Amino acid sequence: MSLRVQMPGLDLKNPIMPASGCFGFGKEYAQLYDLSKLGSIMIKATTAEMRLGNPTPRVAETSSGMLNAIGLQNPGLEKVVGEELPWLDQFDVPIIANVAGSLAEDYVEVARTISKAPNVHALELNISCPNVKQGGITFGTDPNVAKELTRMVKDVSDVPVYVKLSPNVTDVVQLAKAVEEGGADGITMINTLLGMRLDPKTGRPVIANITGGLSGPAIKPVALRMVYEVRRHTNLPIIGMGGVAEVDDVIDFLSAGANAVAVGTANFVNPFVCTELIDKLPERLHELGYESVHELTGRSHRL
Amino acid sequence: MIKQEKMAIVSQTEIAKNIFELTVTGSLVQEMNEPGQFVHVRVADSFEPLLRRPISVAKIDKEASSFTMIYRSEGRGTSLLSQKTQRDTLDVLGPLGHGFPVDEAGEKAYLIGGGIGVPPLYELALQLNAKGVETVHILGFESSEAVFYEDKFRALGDTHIATVDGSHGTEGFVTHILSALPNDFDTYYSCGPTPMLEAVQWAYPEKKGFLSYEQRMGCGIGACFACVCRTTRSETDYIKVCSDGPVFPAGVVIS
Repeated sequence: MSLRVQMPGLDLKNPIMPASGCFGFGKEYAQLYDLSKLGSIMIKATTAEMRLGNPTPRVAETSSGMLNAIGLQNPGLEKVVGEELPWLDQFDVPIIANVAGSLAEDYVEVARTISKAPNVHALELNISCPNVKQGGITFGTDPNVAKELTRMVKDVSDVPVYVKLSPNVTDVVQLAKAVEEGGADGITMINTLLGMRLDPKTGRPVIANITGGLSGPAIKPVALRMVYEVRRHTNLPIIGMGGVAEVDDVIDFLSAGANAVAVGTANFVNPFVCTELIDKLPERLHELGYESVHELTGRSHRL
Repeated sequence: MIKQEKMAIVSQTEIAKNIFELTVTGSLVQEMNEPGQFVHVRVADSFEPLLRRPISVAKIDKEASSFTMIYRSEGRGTSLLSQKTQRDTLDVLGPLGHGFPVDEAGEKAYLIGGGIGVPPLYELALQLNAKGVETVHILGFESSEAVFYEDKFRALGDTHIATVDGSHGTEGFVTHILSALPNDFDTYYSCGPTPMLEAVQWAYPEKKGFLSYEQRMGCGIGACFACVCRTTRSETDYIKVCSDGPVFPAGVVIS
């Protein structure tokens, strides 16, 4: 049984990794298990300067899901490169660095520097955060802007660049093809779906930012459909995510065409979920008659 | 060390209106030391409701390997939790966060609690009394129906009760009681609604105090940055209530 997955820049022991923003820089979860077990870690979005994020409340529970509007809080590039990444280097795990910013130049600056860190094996270009006023999703909804930003980041990055797509668009395939033309080495998808929750007593939004990004099992059907559609139109590697919580969710994303799978909100429900999925995956693959992750990937398109 | 365990339910009792006392047993209890720490509880085996519920620890019994939570059933999650019986197990993650420092109490401490902020003060009172610290308890509730653990606190020291509607004890808030009490204590510890914490720290600017804060949480272990508050230390300083707290020295957190 082989769980090994190879994608540009990433030679992964297994296809399971925590999604960006749900795992910090690993320190908290390292109290619970050995991070070397993970296929990769997508670290929290890093911006050029530190960000203090949005006002609280920043999270609200919804049916089988949650809304968040953290607002890209992070200690800034210098501290991530100087402290967080060197700390993570004690683990045998390739890091995917999530890169964010307000202006194109911010993305370029972060990408140039963070891609030189020895344990960063790929970048995840965050053009899909719905919770910041500038940058984020504004780069992820216009195909030409997304393509141009991808090209600019590719020019300065020492490692392959994966672009994280937003589901908050009319045609996700158009965005996927645009970033492919911009030179993306891969795609990660999906980011959260923009949503809101009101307090029925007062009519006020529960989240201080008014809107937030919806994640969790509630969004899995949307994410799966989008991975499936994008796979039909590109051969770029895809890291699929959106509501993954159980081993059959991993099977579904791989079947739809993802090469690897990221786990987000489920880490909050079960902090051991990533290691449990890694443990369960071989048996489930075997039950389904497959001897490797690679064999299963994209099977829904071969029926 | 933080552990996750399916714990056995020993008992669950409604001890006041919509207030439940839930005792569970398991090896995770051996990790519990500080009063004021909390656990993150999963109320359903499914993903509905999805997130864990943070609940404070009211009593630790290491010999019996059990601990007690007291919570108010008000939303979907806590309502489901209140239906659990001895036939069920409970998925508990904990102990989490940093609690009240018992070594800083001095000789006499005021323990000031409001509503569902009262429970962690009980384990605190037990530990302080065990160290020979005199504790005075000033506890506020909505009404007589919502009062709990009055006798248990009374057994440990002077206990004053306030209710908003005056149906039991002093009418009004804990601050009404505090203004009539002498200033002869060394340290205060408080847990309750944010306006109460603010009022308490304004009342005693010269005293050493420790406050337990509440914020909406995601992960409960410090990874998701949901429960962040700014501090008075600098423009860019912040704390995470779940992992840096929930207890902080008075005057630090901007709530």
